[in-house]
Amino acid sequence: MRWFTPVMRSLFFRQSPVVEMTIVIKSAPFDPYAELASFEARVFSSPGQFGATATFVGTMRDFNEGDPVQGMFLDHYPGMTERHLEAICADASERWSLLNTLVVHRVGAIAPGESIVLVAVWSAHRAAAFEACRYIMEDLKSKAPFWKKETLADGTRWVIENTPGGT
Amino acid sequence: MEIKVKLFASLAETAGWRESSIQIADGATVLMVWAAATREAALPARALCAINMDYCVLDAVVHAGDEIAFFPPVTGG
Repeated sequence: MRWFTPVMRSLFFRQSPVVEMTIVIKSAPFDPYAELASFEARVFSSPGQFGATATFVGTMRDFNEGDPVQGMFLDHYPGMTERHLEAICADASERWSLLNTLVVHRVGAIAPGESIVLVAVWSAHRAAAFEACRYIMEDLKSKAPFWKKETLADGTRWVIENTPGGT
Repeated sequence: MEIKVKLFASLAETAGWRESSIQIADGATVLMVWAAATREAALPARALCAINMDYCVLDAVVHAGDEIAFFPPVTGG
């Protein structure tokens, strides 16, 4: 049928959206910007496929609660941690129109200045990317099973709770 | 019945173990699992729990082969 143009074909036969996400738990230092570049090169066949990228990078500070912190150990629950991060990325993909999401999180021994977490969201327009990136990060902070233990000059201590997202 | 118990972070440190298998009566709740696994230790007030890697409440009933986890409030990111 001549009227069945490619555009109309795509409207008629559009497949249900596939949730695209990648979750990575790393026990060695990573460069979040190199991760972003290699992920984009691997996942998108051309840069024109997306219009907005929102990223959040969390870095280990050398102070907390007024004390210098020399290092940190991040415990996690292998299996549940990945499952929870996949669930929140899937949830975000239902709330916003997203093209892809990437979450990279460190575990094990971490030194000040090293990246702890990278959350990146790709979408057609900025609102979805901004809002979904914040949403994923806030859920990760409040529910994903990770626990920080700080090394101070005079011993170690578990971090009791995360700071609220509004501060 | 036999179930697996996992502890994380400060709870594991306090107990001195991270993973254990215990025998418990049918119909036991998560809170009863805690008591049996830790010899009646007090459960920290804000501790969280999970059955088979899904968050649950303390009076949830466990089943043979379940993996029950206890941990403090999360502090990742």
